[in-house]
Amino acid sequence: MSDSANSKKSGSAVKSPSKLQAWEENTLRPTLEKSPERQKEFTTVSSYPIRRLYTEEDLAGWDAARDLGNPGEPPYTRGIHATMHRGRLWTMRQFAGFGTAEDTNQRFRYLLSQGQTGLSTAFDLPTLMGYDSDHALSEGEVGKCGVAISSLADMEVLFDQIPLSDVTTSMTINSPAAVIWAMYLAVAEKQGADWKKISGTLQNDILKEYIAQKEYIYPPEPSMRLVIDTFEFGMKHTPKFNVISISGYHIREAGSTAIQELAFTLRDGMEYVEWAMRRGLPVDEFTPQLSFFFNAHNDFFEEIAKYRAARRIWQKAMKERYKSVSPRSWALRFHTQTAGCSLTAQQPMNNVVRTAIQALAGVLGGTQSLHTNSLDEAWALPTEHAATIALRTQQIIAHETGVTNTVDPLGGSYFVETLTNEVENGAWDYIRRIDAMGGMVAAIEKSYPQREIAEASYRYQMAVDKKEKIIVGVNDYVTPERPMDLLQIDETVAHRQAERLSKLRADRSSSEVERRLNALRKASEGSENLMPYIYDAVKSYATLGEICEAMRTVFGAYEEVAIT
Amino acid sequence: MPEKKIRVLIAKPGLDGHDRGAKIIARALRDAGMEVIYTGLRQTPEMIASAAVQEDVDVIGLSILSGAHNTLCPQLMKLLHEKGMDDVTVLVGGIIPGPDIAALKQSGIAEIFLPGTSTQDIIEFIHKRHAHP
Repeated sequence: MSDSANSKKSGSAVKSPSKLQAWEENTLRPTLEKSPERQKEFTTVSSYPIRRLYTEEDLAGWDAARDLGNPGEPPYTRGIHATMHRGRLWTMRQFAGFGTAEDTNQRFRYLLSQGQTGLSTAFDLPTLMGYDSDHALSEGEVGKCGVAISSLADMEVLFDQIPLSDVTTSMTINSPAAVIWAMYLAVAEKQGADWKKISGTLQNDILKEYIAQKEYIYPPEPSMRLVIDTFEFGMKHTPKFNVISISGYHIREAGSTAIQELAFTLRDGMEYVEWAMRRGLPVDEFTPQLSFFFNAHNDFFEEIAKYRAARRIWQKAMKERYKSVSPRSWALRFHTQTAGCSLTAQQPMNNVVRTAIQALAGVLGGTQSLHTNSLDEAWALPTEHAATIALRTQQIIAHETGVTNTVDPLGGSYFVETLTNEVENGAWDYIRRIDAMGGMVAAIEKSYPQREIAEASYRYQMAVDKKEKIIVGVNDYVTPERPMDLLQIDETVAHRQAERLSKLRADRSSSEVERRLNALRKASEGSENLMPYIYDAVKSYATLGEICEAMRTVFGAYEEVAIT
Repeated sequence: MPEKKIRVLIAKPGLDGHDRGAKIIARALRDAGMEVIYTGLRQTPEMIASAAVQEDVDVIGLSILSGAHNTLCPQLMKLLHEKGMDDVTVLVGGIIPGPDIAALKQSGIAEIFLPGTSTQDIIEFIHKRHAHP
């Protein structure tokens, strides 16, 4: 619990005349009389109220040494590295994926040639849900919102001419994360890359699927087992790989407030730590491989406060709750993506502006890695042209704005430090509430975070419908629209995949596949680490669908109780 | 005699799990006095058509953000026709590229609601189509 925010409460218990009184009387009052403020209340996009002026009085109990510190040291408010972006720019890591592995490989290599510094993979819905491209339920969905990956053969094509020893890759995959990771590791092995040295990120955050993104396959218990299996495997074999990207992005996209995004994400992180420790993994051995992923929404300062509060909360939790003794475990590392839900279909060029401002908030908040959305993404996946502008946005921020010249430029701002305190306190309230429910899995089973998000998203929509919140081009400043060129993905992707899968099944040893799937099924019934079994199955060219189905027969499938 | 409530089925066809919009619309229509049934996620066109018949709905609202609309919508329209549900108003919301809109409407979809649509506009549209004399 932050003392600095409590101090505001205790400060007002003893009433001393505010230093602002003279200003309020002599300068503010005449101004308000002549011209009242534009709105009765000023709130963030999360509907959090913001006051007219922040002064030293708001930081009465704040202690710079304790609450701000120095970059690279606890509490990490100013950043996790001493030199931050002066030492190394954030990774420019654009999320990309569509069509077949060839299509995406081409886009990957294009983006790298344009100066992006890391890869990030979007998979299509069948892949995300553990279905092969030729499964009945995949009809119409193949390659439409990401790349279709049904086997190791597809993965090999995806990284053609991309040396995994030199490039880091993030993979946005959750329920089948272990399987996709096994495929990635198999490609790395084939390329001769050293597992001990390769780096990247596996999203692998199943808790937020139940909360927000809803791309789950199995129920919570076996899903958590799989996640901890990957932690254990990563600890032993791939020490430089981020085995999880504990995500708030999707929670925010589902309509949560900034404080909810922060609280649910960090509480998810704590849940993973607790499950891993229960299995006997030493906290300081696996935690350095945990990473985070936040949204960068429209309210500039609320987002910056959120990132700073995140770092402070995590190091506190690691030291106090989990008794971690290694600083490597305390520093919260995160990727940021600008808010997809803020993009408008109307006047899409405006989205370049939104994305730029959101990206700037991520940078000033101290992100390690950043994805900027493309202007056309309220309509379709990005064209090459739109994706290039998005990348250039980051490059302009990095090289032309000067914001990277100093570490944490906003540190010490009355507003930013106060807001950081308040956001932190708000998050701790939620965290304690979830603790009292028995943890995050319990809270999910009670539909608690889901309901909070549904409420927040409904309140926001009502505010927009009533024009209490203005969205330029949508509920104000509306103009007639002009059509624009969009990326088109058609059913030839599905046909190509179907052909490929036929050939794959004909060429591989079906007895070997069968043997390895049986071994996986048997191991799933017990408590062994499943990664080696999944890896073996992947290498025999068992398909993603076959591997996920093998586990589905043991774990069962999950469906939520819908909260409207 | 109490006015019969307009019955609406809000459905998520296909694999997509993004349900923010569908849930908000379900609640807004409910608040506007309609009887709303939300199917939940990962419905096939068969499941949606069956639910529409079973619930005897006046309106079906589909939420599709996955790009699978060109496959799922025609399949549903065919099933509705086979089940004699041609009078049902079918609406679509989500991520629908401009070039695809005309064909969807030609197949019988009454209206496409793009990102940025207000809940009032949807309520008004349904009320106009289903005004009781």
